[in-house]
Amino acid sequence: MTVTLDQIYAVTGVFLLIFTVLTLLDKKQSGKWGTAMFWGIYGITFIWGKEIPPAVVGAMVVVMALIAGAKWMGMGDYLSAATDFRRKMADKLGLWLFGPALAVPLVTFLVAWLFPKMGALVGLGIGSVVALALAFLLTRIMPVQAFQEGRRMLDAVGWAIILSQFLAALGFLFDKAGVGKVVAEMVATVVPVDIRLATVIAYCVGMALFTMVMGNAFAAFAVITTGIGIPLVIKMHGADPAIAGVIAMLSGYCGTLLTPMAANFNVVPAALLEMQDKNGVIKAQVMTAVPLLVVNIFLMYYLAFPGK
Amino acid sequence: MIKLIGVVIVILGLLFRFNPLLVVLVAGFATGMVAGMSPVDILSAIGQAFVTNRYMSLLILVLPVIGVLERFGLREKAEDIIRSMRTLTAGRVMFVYQIFRQVTVGLGLQLGGHPSFIRPIIAPMTEAAAAREGARGTAWLERIRGMSASAENYGNFFGQLLFPAAGGLLLVKGVLENAGYKVDLLIMAQYAIPSAIAASAIALVRFLLLDRAIRSADKTKGGEQA
Repeated sequence: MTVTLDQIYAVTGVFLLIFTVLTLLDKKQSGKWGTAMFWGIYGITFIWGKEIPPAVVGAMVVVMALIAGAKWMGMGDYLSAATDFRRKMADKLGLWLFGPALAVPLVTFLVAWLFPKMGALVGLGIGSVVALALAFLLTRIMPVQAFQEGRRMLDAVGWAIILSQFLAALGFLFDKAGVGKVVAEMVATVVPVDIRLATVIAYCVGMALFTMVMGNAFAAFAVITTGIGIPLVIKMHGADPAIAGVIAMLSGYCGTLLTPMAANFNVVPAALLEMQDKNGVIKAQVMTAVPLLVVNIFLMYYLAFPGK
Repeated sequence: MIKLIGVVIVILGLLFRFNPLLVVLVAGFATGMVAGMSPVDILSAIGQAFVTNRYMSLLILVLPVIGVLERFGLREKAEDIIRSMRTLTAGRVMFVYQIFRQVTVGLGLQLGGHPSFIRPIIAPMTEAAAAREGARGTAWLERIRGMSASAENYGNFFGQLLFPAAGGLLLVKGVLENAGYKVDLLIMAQYAIPSAIAASAIALVRFLLLDRAIRSADKTKGGEQA
């Protein structure tokens, strides 16, 4: 039996539509219509994304962005468990609680290794369904409540869940418009592009610096990879795209450690810990981030050019 | 140069804290327009890329499982495990937490975070451990809290790409495939391992140096008293 990615998407879409119905039935939900519309539209793009004309999907995506931008989404009432119930159950179920949680990565890895044609993504889908079944067996929870818990977590993430897909779409437009070429030409005026190490440094340091400016390695990745990574490191010097790409992303994470723009990771924790210096967390991270960036440059230089 | 308008919009938009989705949308339209695309073409491109990259958001499937487990005390149990290392030094608590975070996030589990672990558990434990050795006062508190918070970031950032369905890897895959390169998620996850080890090693040195500084703080104090 083969499970396809489209089937996994359909299941995801059904989950989202269940969340939509639960949102509409929730009497205490704030921003009820905005939240329901957002998850409803999103669910439709998962189930019928390929059947609907792309321009219509594009318009739906614009509507989602507008709902998010207008702050029409909110939190609901998920009939959550009280603290003492969680404490009691933690003592009763103990380490078994980690079983279903670990089933997800276990099945993901197994499917990716044993059925490479299906791959890690289908594995993640199968793993999630297996884990959900195990969680039902372990906890004897009502299925509806399971989806309430899922909705609680999704509402907590909110619109940010589609940010990656958005950034990928932006990267696609950048690519169509030839933004990468322009950036590459600008970089070429400062960097001696014939030297492989120089292009690797430009890619890794570019990722770190751009991440510091944007506060987000994902956003930086689309720009810097189309501008420096692909034209200079991959095309010109023949780097393996997968290896160079992942190390570039990790270089971006070094930048995340160094910037107040990544407020959630650096500034909010300082406030949370009642530190006097709002940049105290960043200062603690400098002496780790900088050497690690250097390590990443060397890793890309030595690992991403197999046999060259 | 005008083609870079999208990049400028993204930088300025994020700098001025507009909703990132709106910023990306405006940047996309501006970029498409200067490239001579019609609004319908731009919508089509956005829709097509959005649908192709749906896999980036498959973590939605995992949410009900984690939600159910949390209802039945998953977080409480994880806290128990962390708390059981009460007798360690400050630097060692940070390191153990970082490894715990790195391993669990590498398995695709989001167990951790500044609000749920650092503030209520790790920071009090490291502060108490340092105080036992005589490192007290505001300057020490600032330093120890900053390092405690950093352990969470190291573990999270340099563990997450070890999971083959991690959001970061999916974005790498998406951007590269848009440009026509086929890449394999498992291979990418493997090549995140060296950086993960390097991050742990560098962090370990930093944490051990902190322990040493804390111990010498004890000695100077002892000297004053004698």
